[in-house]
Amino acid sequence: MSRRPVPWVLVLFLVLLCIPWLGSRLYTFIATDIAILALFALSLNLLLGYTGLVSFGHAAYFGIGAYTTAILMKTYGVPFVVAFPAAGIVAAGFALVFGFFCVRLTKIYFAMLTLAFAQIVWAICFKWNDVTGGEQGMPNVPYPDLGWMSAIPGLGSLRSGDHFYLLVLALVAVAIAALRRIVASPYGRMLSVIRENPERAEFIGINVRLYQLSAFVVAGFFAGLAGGLFGIFNRGVFPDFAYWTKSAEVLIMTILGGMGHFWGPAVGAMVLTLLNQQITSYTEYWPLILGIILIVLLFGFRGGIVGAVVALNRRLRGR
Amino acid sequence: MLEVQDLHKRFGGFAAVSGVSFKLEKGTIMAIIGPNGAGKSTLFNLITGHVEPTAGRVLLAGREITGAPPHEICRLGVGRSFQRTNIFPNLTVFECVQAAVLAHHGKGRNFWLRADQLYREQTEALLASLGLADKANSLAGELSHGNQKQIELGIALASDPDILLLDEPTAGMSSGETHETIALIARIAAERGLTLLFTEHDMEVVFSIAAHIAVLHQGRLIAEGTPDEMRRDPEVRRVYLGERS
Ligand SMILES: Nc1ncnc2c1ncn2[C@@H]1O[C@H](COP(=O)(O)OP(=O)(O)O)[C@@H](O)[C@H]1O
Ligand SMILES: [Mg+2]
Repeated sequence: MSRRPVPWVLVLFLVLLCIPWLGSRLYTFIATDIAILALFALSLNLLLGYTGLVSFGHAAYFGIGAYTTAILMKTYGVPFVVAFPAAGIVAAGFALVFGFFCVRLTKIYFAMLTLAFAQIVWAICFKWNDVTGGEQGMPNVPYPDLGWMSAIPGLGSLRSGDHFYLLVLALVAVAIAALRRIVASPYGRMLSVIRENPERAEFIGINVRLYQLSAFVVAGFFAGLAGGLFGIFNRGVFPDFAYWTKSAEVLIMTILGGMGHFWGPAVGAMVLTLLNQQITSYTEYWPLILGIILIVLLFGFRGGIVGAVVALNRRLRGR
Repeated sequence: MLEVQDLHKRFGGFAAVSGVSFKLEKGTIMAIIGPNGAGKSTLFNLITGHVEPTAGRVLLAGREITGAPPHEICRLGVGRSFQRTNIFPNLTVFECVQAAVLAHHGKGRNFWLRADQLYREQTEALLASLGLADKANSLAGELSHGNQKQIELGIALASDPDILLLDEPTAGMSSGETHETIALIARIAAERGLTLLFTEHDMEVVFSIAAHIAVLHQGRLIAEGTPDEMRRDPEVRRVYLGERS
């Protein structure tokens, strides 16, 4: 009998599911934050790690998703079941339009154009007072109605923040499972072929631009979903969500965790969020620390945290 | 099958290919020879859509394909390999070749099945026929130059082309490897009934498998015919064969 591999992902999911019962508001808060940002970073990695496209403007789709859900729920009273998928769909729509132009350029020009579109999105969020609330953003985005959760035996005693966390965890898990399926599919293989060698990919019959565009749209979709959740979690959406610093942050998460591995960006999201949390309570020099971490990473661990762990594991196993 | 009519390519003021015309009949093996810089690779790039011609036409089975994008030309049954190895370095050998098989079967749009379970047998059979079976799980970029050339060939064959264009398939190989590779190519071409157009610097090899030879010199086709005719052609002897003796 061969040994069944341990289903680590399932174990992790079950552990995460227990967090509300630790009874700490802070733990639930941080776990929600990490879950959402993990999805955001994983969506970016579809471009960065799988298709080989560097986006400096991925926060645009996060922001669009956040505003979509917030506007629908707050302004129009649309229920979450509609407002949440709408975040992904609207973000994907914008990704389609912006991506159409971006994939016409390559390398740094591609990256700069993604940044340019993101800045336009930010500017619109910042100025279109009537719809987006302008500079003030949209505070008090309502929580989805999660009263039904209290009716489930065992969940009745939890706070509404815990209920929301469980919802986030379930939705993020489904989204990540979908992403995982996508990268392992023939479509995902075409993306990695494009990452490896876009020129050669054309000669095996792949319409490279079309695939790049589709990856851009899919990544935008998942970033939009993450944004939709984040606006509610944050109890408000603000132009900052689409600002270039947000794009840089998710890029750093992805590289920190390791873009060569599916779970790398999720680990990066976790580590960066926890570090930020810890360090900002001791010192105001967070950007300095972040800079140092990045330098160490770029010189020492190109594969990021997960890449380093995998390499270490391989060395320990022998040879 | 493939017809090239008065094809021109200028890079700036430099004419890399000027006024090349030829026909390639179905099932034949044709070689294009000529010194370095003669325009052989450029000619291949023009035919496969990699580079757009300045003037002239390329016809495939009577249908004009001039200026079509490479992926369309590939889907019409024209495969190619590159002079400078051009593979997918961080994929395994199996994945490299399987990707081309998947693309050929139009599976690229499928985002729900597991890629590693599809077309395993075809891919493995192709790898075996190229002598790459034991390297299937190695990273393509970590293998020897000779192996990478074989992968290059495997990727081209995986699209199951009707016409195969091989740009110096033995470049950088030892003479032993060259002969093995050429024997392999000849065998596969015969098995699959391929129409083959290739460039090669080893004249002995060219004369051994090509039924038809075209000589390119400074972007112009200066002679064309059977190996025997080429051997006798004084112009060819002067500009090319003579150069090497
Ligand atoms: N993209 C390009 N831009 C400018 N010059 C080029 C380009 N590609 C090829 N050339 C020039 O065209 C000529 C023919 O090159 P090539 O087709 O590679 O010759 P061959 O394959 O016969 O050695 C060379 O002088 C080369 O420098
Ligand atoms: Mg050449």
